Parts: sequence; structure tokens; C-alpha cells
Amino acid sequence: MKRYLPIIALLFFASVPLWLHDKYYLHTLVVAGIFMLAAMSLNLLLGYTGQLSLGHVAFFGIGAYTSALTSLGFSLSIFGYQITHEPWPPFIGVILGTAVAGLCGYLIGKLAFRVRGAYFVIVTVSFAEVVRLVALNWVELTNGPLALPGIPPLTLGFEWTGYMTFLSKAQNYYLVLAFIAFAYVVIKRLVYSPYGRAMIALRENETLAVSVGISVTRYLVLAAVFSGALAGLAGTLYAHYIQIIDPMIFMFLNTVTMVIMVITGGKGTLAGPVVGGLIFGIAPVILRNYVGPEVQWILYGVLMILIVYVLPDGIVPAIERWFNRPPTPAEKNGSSLALQTGKGRA
Amino acid sequence: MINPQTKLSAPILTVEHVAVHFGGLVAISDMNFEVHEGELVSLIGPNGAGKTTAFNVITGFQKPTQGNVTFRGTSLNGLKPHEVTRLGLVRTFQRTSVFEKISVFENVLIGLHRRTAASLFGTLLSLPKERSAEEALREQAWEILRLVGIEHEADELGGSLPYGDQRLLGVALALAASPRALLLDEPVSGMNASETARFVELLNKLRSKGTTIVLVEHDMPMVMGISDRIVVLNYGRIIANGTPSVIQNDPEVIKAYLGGGIKHA
Ligand SMILES: Nc1ncnc2c1ncn2[C@@H]1O[C@H](COP(=O)(O)OP(=O)(O)OP(=O)(O)O)[C@@H](O)[C@H]1O
Ligand SMILES: [Mg+2]
Repeated sequence: MKRYLPIIALLFFASVPLWLHDKYYLHTLVVAGIFMLAAMSLNLLLGYTGQLSLGHVAFFGIGAYTSALTSLGFSLSIFGYQITHEPWPPFIGVILGTAVAGLCGYLIGKLAFRVRGAYFVIVTVSFAEVVRLVALNWVELTNGPLALPGIPPLTLGFEWTGYMTFLSKAQNYYLVLAFIAFAYVVIKRLVYSPYGRAMIALRENETLAVSVGISVTRYLVLAAVFSGALAGLAGTLYAHYIQIIDPMIFMFLNTVTMVIMVITGGKGTLAGPVVGGLIFGIAPVILRNYVGPEVQWILYGVLMILIVYVLPDGIVPAIERWFNRPPTPAEKNGSSLALQTGKGRA
Repeated sequence: MINPQTKLSAPILTVEHVAVHFGGLVAISDMNFEVHEGELVSLIGPNGAGKTTAFNVITGFQKPTQGNVTFRGTSLNGLKPHEVTRLGLVRTFQRTSVFEKISVFENVLIGLHRRTAASLFGTLLSLPKERSAEEALREQAWEILRLVGIEHEADELGGSLPYGDQRLLGVALALAASPRALLLDEPVSGMNASETARFVELLNKLRSKGTTIVLVEHDMPMVMGISDRIVVLNYGRIIANGTPSVIQNDPEVIKAYLGGGIKHA
């Protein structure tokens, strides 16, 4: 049953646009899905390596700006040299945005993982602030606070297949759903491989992990690259969906949203950020009918504290435990671990 | 001084002029010794003599204040612990160290990290080669669990094992890392007599496979029974180095132990 749950969930979500025609609700789900994707990327670092990236929105924003600028084109003069970039198709922007964000993950990882823990938190927060200031002040490139409007929607296809432009809410919904499924598979294969085992080992007991030959920097940097790239991918989808971005994209609250999604859903589980992403992606829509934005944020905070207080490991591990009763010893003490013995397989 | 059996083989591990100072405290001063291929050398000494510190220096967990360690012709100077492990020099820890919240089986899979053949690209594409590599890894994990005798606990969490079995799991993790030389820090502390006897059997099996072993242990009957050679440390200095019978009759060793007070197991 548990094996088929992701497929069942995927089929269910694929059916949503068939019965939910309200444009506003679909829009909410698209944005929720994009943030869910970002939360899944954060989970790779926070959940599987135990490193908290409190500047995760930087990767998201870098993906968004890279893809936007790739598809809009720009003209710059640097030290007297004129650099002009003609607009490229948006799908190249998506690839470049993902790659550039992954590269930033590599650099941040190399820089920050020499000393880990609190230092990594500080480096990521500072990185996000620096990137925000660049976006705000490099007006020639980014338009600064005036925003980059008119970002073209994503178009896919070849001459011989015909082209498809992702304009409608339903189209974008399926686009985001497809990328979430893609990211889910990538993350799953990674965390259940020797690579993921190395990350989890470093999270659980770094001294012991290095004693069996696991390189700290290699695997933390690897996680940062994947995490950054997937967050960047989410950012590119955001840019081509909303079609206008400004430096507000880098606001700290966006990182907080991702962290809340991961922690309430259950960090270090595959389904955790999906569940958390749904709750905190949809909650704003329900709440906005009743209260203003400030009160909303307070309510999210309260909701998160409540969930974490009642279910310290998050929702998904709690549900798993509940379904696994009566507990075997492995499940009794098990918390948010990706690793299971695989009794059937072994 | 060296056991005649091992005299001819080349030294696999050389510790030269190693000193470790913690502020004013001299944990190790001018330590020199060699371990030969296939040998079982015990490092003994009273509490605080510097045995664990010596292990830490050899395996890259502690930078020596001075001196050099060489393993199979490679200087370990400045190498990180995981790099030392990759050369085939693997240690266990004095304080029980297992992945507590992970199953015993997965613990060993993590230990097998060095032996994995999976490429990142193949992993992401879930290629048949990677899946069979994982299958092979699992088979090796079972072999190691059977070797140390905890295969019946494969599904338990590391932290939920009885104390003696956690010590064994620590050794299983080290064995999974394919040691040419294995450094064991008080492996039988806290084990009862029959567990200790079983552990000695395991050590003999490993030796017959050619694994070089350096053993830190307070259990004197065991040390005297199993060692080719014994290095005695006191206050960070080597005060004796020889076969068990030589060590047992060394006046300085007797004095150090009577003065320092040895824990008898
Ligand atoms: N990181 C450290 N900082 C300061 N002093 C240390 C440190 N590690 C060890 N020491 C000191 O160095 C000396 C040697 O310690 P070590 O742990 O090597 O002894 P040991 O021979 O392993 O003892 P035991 O038999 O109790 O395990 C002790 O005096 C100890 O207090
Ligand atoms: Mg010690």
C-alpha cells in the first residue's frame, strides 16, 4: 500500500483541474506547488544532511532572475564593454536558471561546510541578503525595484512536434505537477542510494561517518548542489508563471515559508515537504477571507508551533508511526529517518 | 624485541617522534613504534596514558604537535580522517559509537561506503548496474553481520542493541570499511567473559585473513594471550615494547602499573 501511495497521490492531483475549475483556486495550487518544490529542495539539506539553509530563497530567486533575463534579454555595459544578450526561448532559461542556482549551491557549500552548523546558517542568510541587494541595486540588469515585467510564459516543443505555451492555469498546474514528480523521483533515488546514506550518516554522527571514509565536504556539497538546483528550478517556474519578478522575491518570509513546510510536514521524509507544502500553500487562501496578512503570519506561526509541539517530528512521521502499530523495535524509536531495513528486499 | 614470526615483514604503520600537547599537558611525548603487516600489537597503559590520543593522531582526528605517521609508505601528515580510512587504516571508538537511530543493517551499509560502485549519474537514472551494485552491497552487509555474529539483530535500531552487541556493531562498521589495519579502542570493555571469548575468536579470524590489528585494551589476560607484541605507554611515553613474556617481566612496566593502578577485567 505504502509503495503505491505516491502514485495514488499523483493521480489524484492530476485529476484536480478536471473538477476544480475555479481559476483562483487553481492559481493558489500552482503557487503552492512551486513553493512545495522549493520546500522539497530545502528538505534535502535540512532533512537529510541536517544543515539549515536560512537563505534558501536566494537559490529560488537566482533561478527566477536567471531564467527571466535569459528569456527577456538584456543589455549591459561593464568597464566600457557593451554586453547584449538577445532573448532566448524560456525553456533554455529554465535549464540555465536551474544550473546557475546549482552552481551557487556548490560555491556556498564549498565556502560554508568547512565549518558547519550555525556558521552555515549565517553564510546562507548573508548570501540571500547579498543577492537581494544586487537585485535591488544593479538596476541596469534587473530593473531594480521597478521589477522585470513581461517575462514570457514557458513554451515547450520542437518544430516537428509543434509548440505548447503554458498560459492557462490548468496548463501551469500540470507543468508544476510534472516537475514535482520529477523532483520527487530525483530526491528519492538520491536519498536511498549510497549518496543519501552518506548524507544521513553525516547528520546522525559525523565523527563515526568520517571514520568509515565518508567525506564531509563532498556529500554536503553534493546535497547543496541538488538543493540549490531544485530551488532554482522552482524559481524559474515562478518567473514564467507570474511573468513579473522584483527583488521582493528574496524576502526572508519566503525562506521561512519553506522551512515551515519542511518542519511541519516532517523533515528527512520524502512526503514531508509535500504535506507541509499543501497545508501552508493552501492555508493563505482560506485565511485571507477572514484576516489581514499580518494576522495570517501570526496564525501560521501559531499553527506551526502547535504542530511541532504535538508532533515534534512533523506530520508524516507521526502518520507513519500510527499506521505501523503495533510497533516493531525499529519503528518504536525511529523518527524522521529515510532509512529502513527493507525487510522484504534484504 | 620483535616477534620472530613478523620480523621479516615490512612495517605497515610507522609512528615517528609523535608528540601531542594540550596546552601545558603533554598527552604524548616522542612516541616511536612500528607495526608490521599481519601483526597484532597491543597498546596498553594506565588511564590517561595517551592511548586514545595516539589512535586519534594515527587516524587523523588529532593533529600531532610534532612527528609523523606513515602507513604503507604514505605519510598521513595533514590527511583528514576519511582520507586515512580510504588508505585502509580504520579505527573504532572507545566510547560506543553506532548510528543509534538507524537499523543495524543500514549501519553496516553506511560502513560499506568505500566499497560502493554506484555512480551518481547511474543512481539518478536507476540503471541496472547501480541496482546490482546495491544488491551486492547488501550481500556484503549480511556477510559482515554474520562474521561478527549480530545478524539476528539486523532490523533492530543501532541504539537499541544490548551494550556488548553495540560494541560489536562498532567493529562491524569498521570492518565494512575494508581495513588493512584495524585500530580497536577497548573493544571488549563492558563485555562479559563469554562475549570476550567470542570476540577473541573474531580477532583470530580477522588475523587469519591477514588484517593487521592494533589493540588498546585493559583486559590483561586477553592482551597477554592474543598479542604478538605489546607497547606500554605511561604518561605519554613508551616505557616498554616487546613480546608478552618480556613485558610481563619488565620492572618498569610492573612499577607503572602498581603505581598507576590497572583496571583488571
Ligand atoms: N581533547 C583534549 N583536550 C585536552 N586534554 C585531552 C584531550 N584529549 C585527551 N586529553 C588528555 O590527554 C591525556 C591522555 O588521554 P587519552 O584519552 O589518550 O588516555 P587513554 O590512555 O586513552 O586513557 P583511558 O585508558 O582512560 O582511555 C589525558 O590526560 C587526557 O585528559
Ligand atoms: Mg582511551
